[in-house]
Amino acid sequence: MADTVSSPDVRTILDARGYRAALEWIARRAEAFVIPLAALVVGMVLFSLFILAVGKSPVQLYETMWRGGFGSWFSIQNSLSRGAPLLLAALCVALPARLGLVVIGGEGAIVLGGVAAAAIGVALNGAPSFLVILLMGAGGAAAGGIWIGVVGALRHYRAVNETISSLLMAYIAIALMNHLVEGPLRDPASLNKPSTQPLADIYRVGNIPGMEVHWGLVVGILACVLSWLLIEKTRWGFAARIAGGNVRAAQVQGLAVGPLIVGFTALAGGFAGLAGMLEVAAVQGSANGSLAAGYGYTGILVAFLARHNPLAIIPVAILLGGIDASGGLIQRRMDLPDATVLVLQGMLFIVILFSETFYGRFKLFNPDLWQRST
Amino acid sequence: METTDIGLWGVPLAMLGGAIRVSTPFIFVSLGEAITERSGRINLGLEGTLVFGAMSAYAVAVMTGSPWLGLLAAAVAGLCFGLFHGWICKFPKVNDIAIGIALMLFGTGLAFFFGKPFIQPSAPDLPAIPFGAWSDIPQVQAALNVNVLFLIGAALAVFLWWAFRNTRVGLIVRVVGDSADAARAMGLNPNTVRLLATGVGGALAGIGGAYLSLYYPGSWTERISSGQGLMAVALVIFARWNPLGCFAAALLFGGAGALGPALQSVGVTQGYYLFYAAPYILTLIIMIATSSPSRTLAGAPGELSITK
Repeated sequence: MADTVSSPDVRTILDARGYRAALEWIARRAEAFVIPLAALVVGMVLFSLFILAVGKSPVQLYETMWRGGFGSWFSIQNSLSRGAPLLLAALCVALPARLGLVVIGGEGAIVLGGVAAAAIGVALNGAPSFLVILLMGAGGAAAGGIWIGVVGALRHYRAVNETISSLLMAYIAIALMNHLVEGPLRDPASLNKPSTQPLADIYRVGNIPGMEVHWGLVVGILACVLSWLLIEKTRWGFAARIAGGNVRAAQVQGLAVGPLIVGFTALAGGFAGLAGMLEVAAVQGSANGSLAAGYGYTGILVAFLARHNPLAIIPVAILLGGIDASGGLIQRRMDLPDATVLVLQGMLFIVILFSETFYGRFKLFNPDLWQRST
Repeated sequence: METTDIGLWGVPLAMLGGAIRVSTPFIFVSLGEAITERSGRINLGLEGTLVFGAMSAYAVAVMTGSPWLGLLAAAVAGLCFGLFHGWICKFPKVNDIAIGIALMLFGTGLAFFFGKPFIQPSAPDLPAIPFGAWSDIPQVQAALNVNVLFLIGAALAVFLWWAFRNTRVGLIVRVVGDSADAARAMGLNPNTVRLLATGVGGALAGIGGAYLSLYYPGSWTERISSGQGLMAVALVIFARWNPLGCFAAALLFGGAGALGPALQSVGVTQGYYLFYAAPYILTLIIMIATSSPSRTLAGAPGELSITK
């Protein structure tokens, strides 16, 4: 710059430009935060009205929810434990969603992953623990991956609607689990609650040091970060985003859409299967009916709330884990049914989906439209 | 009821009776979904509507002592859910399939929330007509004890089949489902037509739920539905959006669903849970067999997101 133009008003203009650029940078990204947060608030207000209508105090409810979910170190650990499987279950929805597929049968992959892991753990009794745990993880992931991968393959090669087929597969998986757990794999000692034989203690996945939360949380967070890297930073992720936007365009570009769809759905199912393995190895100690605890369905909500962004799944899963964790306390303290949490989740889900209609509607978030006003 | 030993004949007989008993909710939900899908939208939330219908029918029947008032309550509740789905989906970028999933969760949650106090008391049943009274064999009598709702469902299937072809309303629904632009050119408002079609579909699904809680299995529990609402959606595709096809497919599904209990009644207990998976496996096989990547399905409404 020549020294003659270093007058104050040029600097003001430059500063104003920088300021404006920063504003534009913020505005372009703000939409993705402001709209979901506003939707969350609206959902909570609607739920307050519902609670008022049944004659209870919403203030007390949210206070109880906070206490049950995040009020103490104990409850935070509880929420984190419940959030851990949700991280993996949500990835089972979010990864296919980036390809434009709505897969909602993660529950089936969780259940089968758990059964496969339990069977491996019992069959290899006596082998070194790190090897068995590794194989249990691999087996669980493989079972889930095959299950959801089939959904993806049916979608691409046979044009079978993936939403319905994945849910049907989930029902079949649960029937298969009941069959295995009550029949061939049943531990004769499990009388009231049919289960597989309990895993030996050395094959159990333990807690993170210093916490009452099992390692599944770390696995889940790692899976989310890796998924984000896969989608945002690799060529497969790039290809998937193109195919998700427009399958035709992707095919014209010469992208192998089929393997891409099968690969992504299999990976997604693999994560859900891993969630099942962790439920068995870290929580239950054996495979039984508790595997179908609904994590797969809550995972759908988590993924949609996070708008299928793997990094956003991390806080959302922990938040919903907290809401789940507070269900018991709400039931005891406020004499409300345990389904109260389900009603709240349903309302949040509807409001979040409705909020999609507001993207791109506000001038505030679109700097290209600012010119006229300034 | 004492049983006469009729050996393995018991299996087909129990399946026939079971098909009639189990298929009724499928008939209503699939006819409702057929109306909705013919108008160009898909409502996956009928599963939640079914559960909420079952709960509200049972609750009202317990409180008033009349199963018919319960049925009415279920239909009205279903109508509300349907109208809500129809209304919210008219906004741009709101995905009808995703909203359906959310409504499934919401309807089920609401039903569990309000249904807690009604798990214990017993409600009066919807009446059945004993078509098997001529026979002395109790199994035949049991199999031919047909609920009035089954008959209404059968009549409704025939009526809808006729109405889609021959009435003005039927034509309007089909035009909106095939091309929203053509409908607008005719001066029709696609959103209004879809709103009403989804509302009617919801009401029928509510009636299907009332059958579950007021006749078979005949009580309100939180496990009352095992995905009938969802299978009905697949069934409509299989039936090619034809109401008569829906009726036939519902009977087929009912028979598959009755396979497990029928085999159990003659003492087959091996692989018991696998037989319970029969309707889901059947649905999946049918979907695989009838879908094709290279052509759109014959008879599919042009505006339907699920076949695009």
